[in-house]
Amino acid sequence: MKPFTYERAASPAEAAEAAARRPDSKFIAGGTNLLDLMKLQIEAPAHLIDVNALALDRIEATSDGGLRVGALVRNTDLAADQRVRRDYAVLSRALLAGASGQLRNRATTAGNLLQRTRCPYFSDTNMACNKRRPGSGCSAIDGINRQHAVVGASAACIATHPSDMAVAMRVLDASVQTVNPKGVTRTIPIAELHRLPGDTPNVETVLEAGELITAVTLPKPTGGSQHYRKVRDRASYAFALVSVAAIVQPDGSGRVALGGVAPKPWRLDAADAEMPKGAKAVAGTLFAEARPTEHNAFKLPLAERALASVLAEARG
Amino acid sequence: MASPPQQEIGRRTVIAAAATTAAIGTVPARAQEPGPGAGINAAPLLNVSFTVNGKPRDLELDPRTTLLDALREALHLTGTKKGCDHGQCGACTVLLDGHRINSCLTLAVMHPGTAITTVEGLGSPDHLHPMQAAFVKHDGYQCGYCTPGQICSAVAMLDEIEAGIPSHVTADLDARPQLTSAELRERMSGNICRCGAYSNIVDAITEVAGSKA
Amino acid sequence: MKFDTPATTNPIDRLQVVGQPVDRIDGRYKTTGTAHYAYERQDAAPDAAYGHVVGAAIAKGRIAAMDLTAAKAAPGVLAIVTAETAGKLGKGEYNTATLLGGPEIEHYHQAVALVVAESFEQARDAAALVKIEYAPAKGAYDLAVARDLAKPSGKDDEPADSRVGDFDGAFAAAAVQLDAIYTTPDQAHAMMEPHATTAAWKGDALSLWTSNQMVAWSVGDVAKTLGMPKDKVHLMSPYVGGGFGGKLWVRADAVLAALGARAARRPVKVALQRPLMFNNTTHRPATIQRIRLGATKDGRLTAIGHDSWSGDLPGGKPETAIMQTRLLYAGANRLTRQRLAELDLPEGNSMRAPGEAPGMMALEVAMDEMAGKLGLDPVEFRLRNDTQVDPEHPGRKFSQRQLTECLRMGAERFGWARRKARPGEVRDGRWLIGLGMAAAYRGAPVVKSAARVRLDAKGIVTVETDMTDIGTGSYTIIAQTAAEMMGVPLHRVMVRLADSKFPVSAGSGGQFGANSATAGVYAACVKLRDAVTGKLGLNAAAAEFADGKVRSGDRSIALVEAARDGELAAEDTIEFGGLDKKYQISTFGGYFVEVGVDAATAEVRIRRMLAVCAAGRILNPKSARSQVIGAMTMGAGAALMEELAVDTRHGFFVNHDLAAYEVPVHADIPHQEVIFLDETDPLSSPMKAKGVGELGICGVAAAIANAIHNATGVRVRDYPITLDKLLKEMPAPA
Repeated sequence: MKPFTYERAASPAEAAEAAARRPDSKFIAGGTNLLDLMKLQIEAPAHLIDVNALALDRIEATSDGGLRVGALVRNTDLAADQRVRRDYAVLSRALLAGASGQLRNRATTAGNLLQRTRCPYFSDTNMACNKRRPGSGCSAIDGINRQHAVVGASAACIATHPSDMAVAMRVLDASVQTVNPKGVTRTIPIAELHRLPGDTPNVETVLEAGELITAVTLPKPTGGSQHYRKVRDRASYAFALVSVAAIVQPDGSGRVALGGVAPKPWRLDAADAEMPKGAKAVAGTLFAEARPTEHNAFKLPLAERALASVLAEARG
Repeated sequence: MASPPQQEIGRRTVIAAAATTAAIGTVPARAQEPGPGAGINAAPLLNVSFTVNGKPRDLELDPRTTLLDALREALHLTGTKKGCDHGQCGACTVLLDGHRINSCLTLAVMHPGTAITTVEGLGSPDHLHPMQAAFVKHDGYQCGYCTPGQICSAVAMLDEIEAGIPSHVTADLDARPQLTSAELRERMSGNICRCGAYSNIVDAITEVAGSKA
Repeated sequence: MKFDTPATTNPIDRLQVVGQPVDRIDGRYKTTGTAHYAYERQDAAPDAAYGHVVGAAIAKGRIAAMDLTAAKAAPGVLAIVTAETAGKLGKGEYNTATLLGGPEIEHYHQAVALVVAESFEQARDAAALVKIEYAPAKGAYDLAVARDLAKPSGKDDEPADSRVGDFDGAFAAAAVQLDAIYTTPDQAHAMMEPHATTAAWKGDALSLWTSNQMVAWSVGDVAKTLGMPKDKVHLMSPYVGGGFGGKLWVRADAVLAALGARAARRPVKVALQRPLMFNNTTHRPATIQRIRLGATKDGRLTAIGHDSWSGDLPGGKPETAIMQTRLLYAGANRLTRQRLAELDLPEGNSMRAPGEAPGMMALEVAMDEMAGKLGLDPVEFRLRNDTQVDPEHPGRKFSQRQLTECLRMGAERFGWARRKARPGEVRDGRWLIGLGMAAAYRGAPVVKSAARVRLDAKGIVTVETDMTDIGTGSYTIIAQTAAEMMGVPLHRVMVRLADSKFPVSAGSGGQFGANSATAGVYAACVKLRDAVTGKLGLNAAAAEFADGKVRSGDRSIALVEAARDGELAAEDTIEFGGLDKKYQISTFGGYFVEVGVDAATAEVRIRRMLAVCAAGRILNPKSARSQVIGAMTMGAGAALMEELAVDTRHGFFVNHDLAAYEVPVHADIPHQEVIFLDETDPLSSPMKAKGVGELGICGVAAAIANAIHNATGVRVRDYPITLDKLLKEMPAPA
């Protein structure tokens, strides 16, 4: 871990201002991913801005019947919130399927969205990785890639986004509120927050330097039956091979987003439209552009079967 | 008393306690001691004050110091273990204001004014916490290295159930979670035991949970 | 004490303390954080500096250039150790690759430097400033490819092949045949405590507080590596946070801490960083195994063939996966062959039940497959092929062999009769349910072991031996042994372990520790008893030690009287004199497992596990049960998830941390049942015990594999049995 200076910000404006002052800085909240990576020098900020005191830890009703989730709401608290459990069960379920009790107690809503891939070549600084060292190449494409993306990836990077929560947020059409160092706020639909890797896998989101997530807003509840199905080798405390977040309405319509298959939560409008036709049609659309490797091709049938299972459960 | 190096342990504990008292003063001095390259890129030391096991502690630390290393190296509270240093094993679990966390993945300076409880704060060899006693009775350990983390985690985990926090295996999100084996296993899954004492650990926790209920 | 005739009645047989399920005597320290492990010896080395290991970035080649300028200039840095600065180093007897690489690099993450600094944070940061240029060389990293170049290689000095009768002829002629290839992957010990050492020099004498299973071996290898006399090395390992074979040897932490402390002129402590451990230290090597079975239509084996291929660094050893096949089942015509390929992957070496653990993963699936071909129940098939003699040497009997009893009892307790022979017949909601079983087998070697026992004026009995307790319960069973022998309650016994100043024990390995080390304590206690009766003027032969008293005839004297004028001490060694050659001494068991396989996703979850073990006298049923459930858990990992993923381009294990190398968590493991058959083995030792710590992993993975087959009808022969391998053959759920 490189030496860094440390400051504790008292307000979002102060945090953003500090970030503007120190372009080599990073915000730290839960720290569960950032410190992990700093120890390996995959992240090496020269300055840390601790945002934990920012009073962004509340979950509030919005005027249009939704919920505004502060950026610092811990994963445990978000999963346990009565309103979330009642109206956004897919989100509770996704959160509870992730990490461990200890990690969920620290990990925050914003941090969860911004967590970085668990590609083992990204984690090993001896190996080429375009995400970690742009232009160095991708070790995973011809290497060990059972965990990697089957769709949405590029010739430069096949890493997945590891979050469970983000997949649920995506199926819920959440939006992300931010403030930038100039004090300007904006709202980013979750669908647009994460970028596909293309030629620049090191650029993972549309956030600008110093832009701070302040909240995630969930729109008015959609009703329907909500499901999060996470498939993994061990029964807990493991990242998804494939996950399915689905909201199924009584008439068979609905939405679905997949985790573990792409560099971002994977959802397509055209696939949602196929929901009444069943899992095969939905998966066919979601994976129309899929380019699996020999070792991760199983994710295609696996996702379809997991979705079929979810739809069967939704039908009761 | 039957024990392994029981006399040694007794003696060692006293020494450790004495050293700890001194350590509060010596830590900054040690960290400031100049090495050959001292002064180059050295981050300034920072003060932080919190209570550990009920005792107020004032530390001056390299900002890079994790809460885990502050406990183990500065305060000599080595009951909290470093198994992976990356949040992948749970051996470093402590209670921060009553909530279980991985102390390896947070910086000590981020926690001014908090109350931290480690396994040493739950009980001592002659006054075991009920959870510690249950682990002994049910042989809920083997090598002992994950054990403090398992115990801290178990204590806080039962509070989480009590508080109605659901888990991955809670069937009905609207109902209060139940004290089933499946619930305990899921909730304890952030604490890896390579010796494989899981079955016994769940028995130990179940006994404590039962007597609480 | 020489043990060369079968044990007769002795004081252990009273079972007042031995054989009782007492709590561990170290339990209250382990549960309160007051058991201090190797990196936590602030009492012994309060001013220890911190060492951080730099691992090689290539698998094979040379260091072309090393630039330490920036690292040396970093804040707090006290010293940097490299092969260049360390001076001439030897290589330990038990090491295959050197522990400090350079300029030659033998494997990925081989240690190439240690950076010592005032603080952990400073050492870690400075280690990243060590700049190294490598000249990589081409290496062999793929066992499937290297297999063709593999050479015959036996265990130690034994021949690589064993033949009895005419295997080829009998197999060709067999009415029913099975010929299948199985693979097991490289596996990591992944013990919770990293390899760690605190080192301190006083003049030319070195003290090491380290985490190690074999004190005497390691004293020798530290001395050999550092080129110093053994008597200048003081090694202590009173608490070991898990080993499983990975800490049988001196590793880089110990050598580098010693070198770092010498360079920095003060104590240094080193813990291997977790992401370094998987490639820096040893692992269980992958195997490719071919098993051929020939049987009559009524299920008698006539031909048994087992070939095994594994790889290791040049000078390394084979994974002896054929061992159990030579002994487990009857059959007149037999062939086993063992081949070793050179690979430039990290060093392969012992992991819990080396040989038998991966061997049983293959053999016991083959037996299940053969039972299926024969239309026989898998339990019945095994019963029909039991043998009470070494099948290669029919004149040589097993000392005890209750395999059939284990299998019968297991079948009854588990409800095996309810198993549907045809796979895929049982469903519980979304889960396909299957039952599987396997035999368990592990040899029970014995190793010479010494101890010293003292009786002090307060009547406290103190045992000293360099035996280690790696979670196995050594402290407790040794205390039980001494308490039984000296007739005192357990709390009057003090046990001090794992100090190289104590008599040399068997150490912890190969399932020999519990029996051998307690037998050594038994021997020392016999001597102490003689000293006591001599002192008290009692007839030694007739004396009975009980309730803190020594009784002989009509006289009864308090034990403590014997030490009134000063402490009595006795030391002795148990030496095993050939009974283990005359008889085959082994442990047996049966595993029964119920799994659920998700019909949609093929996720496997274990629902029930039962082990029935026949392993001689069980010295402490509580800690012995823990050994078995722990081994079953590791076996579950082997069956379902554990695999070091080899990047065959770069030659390293890619998933080198505890997130990517998955081991079972709480949620993977159901309640586990263990039954110990009532058995004493007078041919094994005066304790009449054997061992259970490795028996517990020998067969359980196969039982799980067989249960998965019973649930799904899919037979996976490549471990671990992950859902992607099952999915290919599982129909889409209705």
